[in-house]
Amino acid sequence: MLMTQTPLEPLIPLRFDRNGTPTLDIDHVHKSFGNYVALEDVSLQIWPGEFVSLIGHSGCGKSTLLNLISGLENPTQGMVRLNGQQIEGPGPDRAMVFQNYSLLPWMTVTQNVLEALRAAAPQLSNLERKERVESFLKMVGLWQHKSKRPAELSGGMKQRVAIARAFAIHPQVLLLDEPFGALDAITKGNLQEELLNMWQLEAEPVKGQEDQPSQKKNVVMVTHDIDEAIYLSDRIVVMSNGPKARIHQIIEVNLERPRSKAQLVDDPEYLRLKAQLLALLSVELAHHD
Amino acid sequence: MYDTQSVKQTKTINLAPLGKKVLSGAIQMAYFLAGIGLLIAGYMLTAVFVKDLPSLAQIGETMKTLWSNPYYENSPSDRGIINLIISSLVRVGSGFILGAAIAIPLGVLIGSVPVLKKIIDPVVQLLRPVSPLAWFPIGLTVFKSAEPATVFIILITALWPTVINTAFGVGTLPKDFKNVARVFRFTPAQYVFKVLFPFALPHIITGLRISFGIAWMVIVAAEMLSGKSGIGFYVWDAWNALDLSKVICAILIIGVTGLLFDRFFGFLERKVSYV
Ligand SMILES: Nc1ncnc2c1ncn2[C@@H]1O[C@H](COP(=O)(O)OP(=O)(O)O)[C@@H](O)[C@H]1O
Ligand SMILES: [Mg+2]
Repeated sequence: MLMTQTPLEPLIPLRFDRNGTPTLDIDHVHKSFGNYVALEDVSLQIWPGEFVSLIGHSGCGKSTLLNLISGLENPTQGMVRLNGQQIEGPGPDRAMVFQNYSLLPWMTVTQNVLEALRAAAPQLSNLERKERVESFLKMVGLWQHKSKRPAELSGGMKQRVAIARAFAIHPQVLLLDEPFGALDAITKGNLQEELLNMWQLEAEPVKGQEDQPSQKKNVVMVTHDIDEAIYLSDRIVVMSNGPKARIHQIIEVNLERPRSKAQLVDDPEYLRLKAQLLALLSVELAHHD
Repeated sequence: MYDTQSVKQTKTINLAPLGKKVLSGAIQMAYFLAGIGLLIAGYMLTAVFVKDLPSLAQIGETMKTLWSNPYYENSPSDRGIINLIISSLVRVGSGFILGAAIAIPLGVLIGSVPVLKKIIDPVVQLLRPVSPLAWFPIGLTVFKSAEPATVFIILITALWPTVINTAFGVGTLPKDFKNVARVFRFTPAQYVFKVLFPFALPHIITGLRISFGIAWMVIVAAEMLSGKSGIGFYVWDAWNALDLSKVICAILIIGVTGLLFDRFFGFLERKVSYV
């Protein structure tokens, strides 16, 4: 809480300008489901270009927070603003990679991406849409599987379709709910690289949309994986346990980009962050039941 | 890299299921023949006690006559077997299509608007158990003629299973798919035609399959009641002429026709299934 209210931390050189309008402003948000209070007084600002991870024990309300940002759910109290505007519902400026992929099983890989693009970018011509689908499916290495249905894909492939679908619409904010949770280490590593590439590439002006100011893209990712959170994020938001979960602590990841996993292994700052997160999750926030 | 592996795997296992398919086809055929054998044995045993039942040879003879000239048309009560079946199928088809045209939108409404479900569901539950034949007087009163009244009976018959299955399919659309449509801001048309309808389609086809099966069962009774020429009327006519082997031939032909249509709907079901 304290850290979100003091946006400038004098001792740490910041990669982001934390003044002006935050991309996302989660302002004293409460969320209840009936009598169950899932989130209590959560405040968090996310600044243009930031990659933020949410970490915390299962059931603490991470998905709920992501759903509030996506506009799928409304806060019981407080509000969420995007670029200063209160969020009224889902919009193409925010795209989600759902925890369980949520591909439409009756459509091919291409159709799944194309249909989302058709809805989110109606201004594009059919040809432009097809080209964009092609470039994103190639980027996630699924072009040769473009005519398959989700049932014919492995978990990692479905995940990449979901990522391609979300990125293809060029959202300003990308919401990822445990995107690599069920994957093996190699697939996970590859997808993390693809995610970082796409996150950086998003900052480029979009072909056909050069007139619009190029906007730095944000990622908000829920994860259970401490190494992944440190490797990818600029800040890690640690949530306390539910019910009435809050933001327990926000950790700055001051590691130069591009980061290399091999070099991080014995980077003292990396080790310090990892120890800090481990202590937080397994001692301070350990379940006592 | 992880892709190429899975591609290779699917390529290598392609041959095995073919052999299995042939084998399971042969086994199914054997079971089918065993069942038919049992049916014939049961008939012959019954015929030992009930002397009036025609012999297998007589039935075979009648069947041969029926199919030797299936298209003739002497009078409304004296027609070839194919013409009779076509008459019945046209009636069933009209009632079925009209029924589906009402049942699918109704089912979509019931499935997607909870209040409508609460209002319409009791009516459906009340009317569903009623024999469609009970609607015949109503049909006659409304349409003043036996032909449309017969189609009306079929329409009523075909309504319920399709309504119920469509409502179920539409009503059980998982939240995940709704969320996809919301997050990517699908247009209402996209939501209906790319999400709701494809999800519900297998359920709708199942409803249509059941509806058609019952409609085909009911047409025989409906034609007996209405006196309209068709396969049901043929059964009644043969019974009045005390020609039981014609009755039995008609039963077999009705059965095979129903089976073929059921298989066709089964094929459609597999065609639209996405799992
Ligand atoms: N739609 C809902 N209705 C009722 N309770 C819910 C709903 N969504 C989430 N919850 C509850 O809110 C809490 C937080 O859930 P969630 O955000 O999914 O946790 P996480 O993603 O951190 O594992 C859980 O106790 C869950 O049971
Ligand atoms: Mg979750």
